[in-house]
Amino acid sequence: MNYFPDEVLEHVFDSIASHKDRNSVSLVCKSWYRIERYSRRRVFIGNCYSISPERLIARFPGLKSLTLKGKPHFADFNLVPYDWGGFVYPWIKALAESGIGLEELRLKRMVVSDESLELLSKSFANFKSLVLVSCEGFSADGLAAVAANCRFLRELDLQENEVDDHRGHWLSCFPESCTSLVSLNFACLKGEVNLGALERLVSRSPNLKSLRLNRLVPLDTLQKLLMRAPQLVDLGIGSYVHDPSSEASNKLKHAIQRCKSIVSLSGFLEVAPRCMSAIYPICGNLTTLNLSYAPGLHGNKLTKLIQHCRKLQRLWILDRIGDKGLGVVASTCKELQELRVFPSDPFGAGNDAVTEEGLVLVSAGCPKLNSLLYFCQQMTNAALITVARNCPNFIRFRLCILDPVKPDPVTNQPLDEGFGAIVQSCKRLKRLSLSGLLTDQVFLYIGMYAEQLEMLSIAFAADSDKGMLYVLNGCKKLRKLEIRDCPFGNSALLEDVGKYETMRSLWMSSCEVTLGGCKTVAEKMPSLNVEIINESDQTEFNLDEGQKVDKMYLYRTLVGHRKDAPESVWIL
Amino acid sequence: MSSENGKRLPETDADGLNFEATELTLGLPGKSRVTPDGGAKLGSKRGFSETVDLRLGDNKDANKLGQSQIDAREAAKSPGSKAQVVGWPPVRGYAKRGKKSCKYVKVAVDGAPYLRKVDLEMYNTYQQLLTSLQDMFSRFTRNFLNEKRIEQVNGIEYATTCEDKDGDWMLVGDVPWQMFVESCKRIRLMKSTEAVGLAPRTPPKCSRTS
Repeated sequence: MNYFPDEVLEHVFDSIASHKDRNSVSLVCKSWYRIERYSRRRVFIGNCYSISPERLIARFPGLKSLTLKGKPHFADFNLVPYDWGGFVYPWIKALAESGIGLEELRLKRMVVSDESLELLSKSFANFKSLVLVSCEGFSADGLAAVAANCRFLRELDLQENEVDDHRGHWLSCFPESCTSLVSLNFACLKGEVNLGALERLVSRSPNLKSLRLNRLVPLDTLQKLLMRAPQLVDLGIGSYVHDPSSEASNKLKHAIQRCKSIVSLSGFLEVAPRCMSAIYPICGNLTTLNLSYAPGLHGNKLTKLIQHCRKLQRLWILDRIGDKGLGVVASTCKELQELRVFPSDPFGAGNDAVTEEGLVLVSAGCPKLNSLLYFCQQMTNAALITVARNCPNFIRFRLCILDPVKPDPVTNQPLDEGFGAIVQSCKRLKRLSLSGLLTDQVFLYIGMYAEQLEMLSIAFAADSDKGMLYVLNGCKKLRKLEIRDCPFGNSALLEDVGKYETMRSLWMSSCEVTLGGCKTVAEKMPSLNVEIINESDQTEFNLDEGQKVDKMYLYRTLVGHRKDAPESVWIL
Repeated sequence: MSSENGKRLPETDADGLNFEATELTLGLPGKSRVTPDGGAKLGSKRGFSETVDLRLGDNKDANKLGQSQIDAREAAKSPGSKAQVVGWPPVRGYAKRGKKSCKYVKVAVDGAPYLRKVDLEMYNTYQQLLTSLQDMFSRFTRNFLNEKRIEQVNGIEYATTCEDKDGDWMLVGDVPWQMFVESCKRIRLMKSTEAVGLAPRTPPKCSRTS
C-alpha cells in the first residue's frame, strides 16, 4: 500500500495541523496509523475521563504538547460540585514516569495542585509552555516552582483561575538565566507581586510579546515595563488610574507611543476614564480589545476610545456600552468579527444594559461578524430575523436574555422564529446558546437547519420531549449538548442511546429524567459513563427508580468508570 | 429598555389571578403566553419563576399558579431585588467583572459646594483612593498628592479623615486598607488647620489651634 518511505509520509503528515484531519489520516490503514502515531506531537483531549494517560502515552510516544479539559462547561456557573474531579496530577505523574519529552501543557477546568506543578517543573527538561484556563487548586507556591525550575520557559499564561496567591514571591523565582519568556499573563492573580523582580524579568526577556498584569501593578511600574518592552504585541493593563495633567501621565503617554506593535489590549482592572486619551495613539493598530473587566468605563469616554479603533476584529465589552455605544461600534469597526457583551450587573435592574437595538446596529454595520456572545435585557423576533439576514456567517451565536423566559416584548410571542431564522441563514453555525421564551418549535428548526452544529446550550425552554428529539435526530454533528430546566424526560433520553457515543457529552439538570431512565442508558451503553450528581444530604437520596435526577452528566469513554469520583457523584 | 410595567390592566378576578399575573415580567410559560389560536397554552415545563421559588424537583404544581409563585414573581419584579437562580445568568466570574460588593461612602470637601460618593471596593490601597479623590475634586486642586495624605487645594492644605462606626473622625491611613474599608462610613477632606490634634476618640469639632 505504501509507495513512499515512511519518512516521506511523516513529512507529509507534518503539514497536517488539525487534530480532526490527523485522526482521519490514522484511520486509512495500519501503516498510516503507525506512521501517524509516531510522528504525532500535539494531542487534544476534550474530556480527560474519555481516555487514560497510559493509553495516551502508549499510542503517542513522541508527544510534545497536550491539551486537557476537565469539568463540564456548566461548572463555570456553579452547577458542578467543587470536588467533582478533573485532577491533572495522575496525567503529569504518568507522563513524568514515561520519559515523554513534554514541552507544552494546556488545561481547562481542571484541578491543578501545587504538587502537580512542582512535579511538572522538575520532570520535563524542555518544558516551554503552561496555559491554565479556569483552573483551581494551586497557589503561588506552585507558580514559584514553575518559575524556578523550567529553565526554558516561554509561556506562562493564567486565565481566569482561582489562585491562592497571598504570597507574592513567585515572580522572584525566575532565575537570572531565564531570558526566554515570550508570554506572561498573571492578570487573574489577586495578590501583590514583587515589582522590582517583574521589571528585571521583563528587561531580560527580549522575546516578550505578551504581557498581562494584575490589578496591583501600579501605573509607574507599567510605564517602566513599557519602556523596557516596546516590542510587545499584547498588553494587559492592571491599574490605570492617574491624573492626566501629571508628570506620571506624560511619561506613560510617551512609553505607550513607543509600543508600535501592540495589536491586543486588555485589562484596565482599575481605571480612571479621564485617562483614556493616553491610549489613543495605539488604538488605530488594535485588532483585539477586551474592556470587560472595566466597569468604570462607559458613556462618552468609552465611545471616544472605540472611535479610534478602526481595525478592531475582536471586542469584549460590558453592557454599559448601551445600544448607542454599539451604534458607535457599528459605524467604526468595519472589520469586526467577534463581539462579546457581558452583563455588568447580572442581578440588577439593568438600566445600562443593551437590547435588541444594539445587536441590530452591529449586524448592519459589521458584515464580517461571525462570533457573538450577547447578554441583553430583551430580544425580538424581528431583530433576530434582521441579524440573520445581515450576518449569515455566524459560527458561534450565543444569546443570553437576562430574564431567561422572556418573550418578544413587542409581540409577546416566543422567540422560535427569530432563532429559526438564525439557524436557517447561518449555514456554518457550530455553536448555539438559546434563551428567552421558547417552545418545541425552535428545536424543530434547529434539527432541520443546523447541520454543522456541534455545541448547543439550552435553558428554561421547550414544552415536551419533542424538543430534545428534534435536536438529537437532526443535528448529525452534535458533540456537546447541555440542558438545564427543560421538560425533557426519559422518552427523549432513551429514544436513541447510540447517539451519545457519537458525542463527547450530554448534561441534563433539573429536567424530567429519572434514575430509572439513567440506569437504562448505562445498561445499554457500556461505552458511556453515566454520572448522577447529587449534592443534597446523602442520607436523603432516594433510590426509587421514579425519582427525578437533579443532575446527570454522561460522556463516552474508552476506559470505563473513573476511580476518583467524590461521594456526591454516583456512576451508574 | 428596562421592563416597564406600563400596561395596567383593569383588576380582574378571572381565574382567581390578579392582574399582575399577566404582566410581561417573569412570564410563567404556559399561563401568560398567548398562542396564535388565541388560547392560553398550559405547558408542563418548569418555569423560571418556579425555579426562583426553589421548587426544583417538585413538578406537581407545574400547571398551577399558586399564591407562592405569584409572591415569588412579585418579589422578583422590583428592580434590584431579582431573586437569584443558581447558575443564572451564565456568566463566569461575574463578580469579578461587575461590582461584587459595593461600599459607597460620601465624600465631603470643606468648602466644596457638593458631596461625592466613592465605592471603596474599587480601590486596593490608600494611594489609589486618594488619587481618585484628587481627581474628583480636581477643579479645586493644582498639586499632586504628597505622602502625608494632606492635599493642596487652592493653596490650602486638607487632611483626609474618615468617620467610623463609633462616630469618631480619624486621620486616614493608620490601619490596614481592608480594615479601613470595613469601618469607614464617611470621608471628609478637612482643612488641615482643623485637623491638627485629631486622634481616635477626638470629638469631630476641635478648636482651631494656631
